Parts: sequence; C-alpha cells; structure tokens
Amino acid sequence: MITNLLSITLGAILVNNFIFSQFLGCCPFLGVSKKVDTAVGMGIAVTFVMGLASAVCYVVNEFVLLRFDLAYMQTVAFILVIAALVQFIEMFLQKSMPSLYTALGIYLPLITTNCAVLGVVLLNVQNNYNFIESVVYGITGGLGFLLAIVLFASIRERLVFADYPKAFEGFPIALVTAGLMALAFMGFSGLKVW
Amino acid sequence: MNLGKQFKEGLLTNNPVLVQVIGMCSTMAITTSLFNGLGMGVAVIVILTLSNVIISAMRKIIPDKIRIAMFIVVIAGFVTCVDLLIQAFLPALSSSLGVFIPLIVVNCIILGRAEAFSYKNGVGASFFDGIFQGIGYTAVLVVMCLIREFLGAGTFGGGILNGGDGIRILPEQFPMAMLTLPVGGFLVLACLIAAMQWALSKSKNKEESK
Repeated sequence: MITNLLSITLGAILVNNFIFSQFLGCCPFLGVSKKVDTAVGMGIAVTFVMGLASAVCYVVNEFVLLRFDLAYMQTVAFILVIAALVQFIEMFLQKSMPSLYTALGIYLPLITTNCAVLGVVLLNVQNNYNFIESVVYGITGGLGFLLAIVLFASIRERLVFADYPKAFEGFPIALVTAGLMALAFMGFSGLKVW
Repeated sequence: MNLGKQFKEGLLTNNPVLVQVIGMCSTMAITTSLFNGLGMGVAVIVILTLSNVIISAMRKIIPDKIRIAMFIVVIAGFVTCVDLLIQAFLPALSSSLGVFIPLIVVNCIILGRAEAFSYKNGVGASFFDGIFQGIGYTAVLVVMCLIREFLGAGTFGGGILNGGDGIRILPEQFPMAMLTLPVGGFLVLACLIAAMQWALSKSKNKEESK
C-alpha cells in the first residue's frame, strides 16, 4: 500500500510530470508564469482543485454514475463538478484572500478549463485508482504542476535579459525553454519505486 | 458575413494555435503520427462546428451570468457523442489518443470561439467560423505531425499508410527519436509560432511601407 502510494507520488511529480510528459495544463503553465509570485499562487490553487476534484469525482463516479449505469456521462458530470468547485473556491478567495484573488485574475475561472484537472480525474478512472490513490494522485499531480510552473517562472523572469531572435519573442522562446526543461525531466524516466 | 476573410483568418492571420496561442496541450501531445493528427483535427472540426451552431442559436436565451457553464455543458455533450462514436468505429484512434478525446471539452479553442464569436454572431457565420477555425487547427496539427514524424521516426503517414507503419523515408539509424518525445512537441511548436510571428511582422512592414 505504502510503496504503491509512493510510486504514484514519485510518478506524478517527477517521472510523468503533468506538464513535461503528459502535456496537461499547458495553457496556465504558459499564461501565468511571467512572475514567480503569481506562479506559486496558481500552482497552489491548481493543486488544491486537483486534490478536491479527485475526491469529489471519485465519490460521484462510484456512487452515482456506476450505480445507475451512467458511465457514459462521465465527461459531462466531471466537468460540471469541477466547474462548481472552481466557482466555490473563487467566492471563497474573493472573501478571504482578495490579494491572491486579484493576482490570479482571469486565470482562476480558467482552472475549470485546465486540462490537468479534468485529466487527473479521467486518469483516476482509467487507472482504476481507489479513493486514497485518487486523492494522492490528484494532490501529487498538482504538486508536480507547482514544481514545474515555479521553476519555469523563475527561468522566464531571467529571459528578459536574454538575447534571442526577434521572431522568438513571447511564446516561442517560452516554449523552447519549456522544451529544454522537459528534456531535463526526461532524466527521471528510469526512476522507480520497487 | 465574409467567407473569404473568415477563411483567411482561421487558417492564417487569426489561426487558433499559431496566433491566438490556445489549445496547445493537445497540439503538442498527440502530434506524433499523421493518423493521430488527422483524427484529432476532424474530431475538433465536428465538435467546434456543432457547438458553435447550437450556442449561436441559443445565444438570446442563455443568461449572461451562467453562459460559461452552459457552453461547457453543450460542448461536453458533443464531445461525449464523438468520443463514443470513435470508440465504436475507430478503436485504434481511441486507444492512441486516449484521454485527449474527452479532454476536447477543455480545449480552449472551442470555449474560446463560443465566447468570442458564436455568442455574438448569427448561426450561419458561426457555422463557417467553426469549420474554418477547425481547419486552421487541423492544418497546424498536420504540419506538426509531418515534421515530428519525418525527423523523429523517419516515416510518412504513420498509422494510415503501409499497414500502419508509415512509409519509411529516412533509414532507421538517422531519425532523432527525441522529436517524437514531449521535448519535440515544445520545440517544433516554438519554431512554428516563431515562423508565423516572423511572417506576420514582415507582411505588416510591407503594408506600412506602401
């Protein structure tokens, strides 16, 4: 059990990092990574939503969809659950942490359409994870996202001083940076918990 | 309604991937063989067109405050249909695209077009917008597939031609397998966007100097 959870953790954070090897969650990854502070906020928000969504969607899937033979409605049900969760978090942040709320801005509602969140929920179902495994996979997947976006943002802050061709300004140079980071993360691919 | 202009916008000047820079997750993830690229592209064209039409037909009765949720439900409905159809008739495509077919729901292109275009325009215009933007997306997918497959595996048309192996162009020892891995997705897309930015700024300069 413990080794199983450990291998899920290691896999989600390093080996199969959501961004660098599964390409889930690239939009906020490229959009909110101009500053380290906002990147940290975004990473934490995504981790939280991913963990919560994994838990709630597991319950919904197990006790509603499978029980009433509605498995084909999974995509629709999951996206609705995620949208409701994000809305709830948005209202909560607006009341209790207005500074983080304004810093995240448009990207907070966009967590709904972050493919990492829906992706983790669908992968949980696909991999037949039980409740604890789902939650662990959700949270560690989010932590992998946090790690990636913070590293990326801190590199990107330094890119301002770099001298690159003008056509590469903006997204292209960011993508090249991300590509090189993905190359570095490939080094983890042999890692395994026995 | 100006079809020529809409077509040019979808394919070049307002291309969803290269200029609006949305919908990148799937673009980078699945472009490893021509079969994947075409399948994904066609699925997106169908879903985008249908959801554009439905949303623009309902735009007057959708309350402004919950419009995003309504859009997502409409899109998720069509995605589920297409997902089930692909599972039934093209199981090979379904297994190679995997989780990325249900993830079309959260592809920013579809929600983005719903919000930016079909919520404000008529049914006919939205229909063509869906088709043209979808074609623009598919074109980028296909170009990326061709580049990554040629340089990364040395083949052409993987998954479709020559019994699924593709036609070998480069001898087996030459291709850089790196390009079919995630790294290649990032790098090839970076080069394509850079080329697009270069071309757009060049044509802009030309217009200014006239």
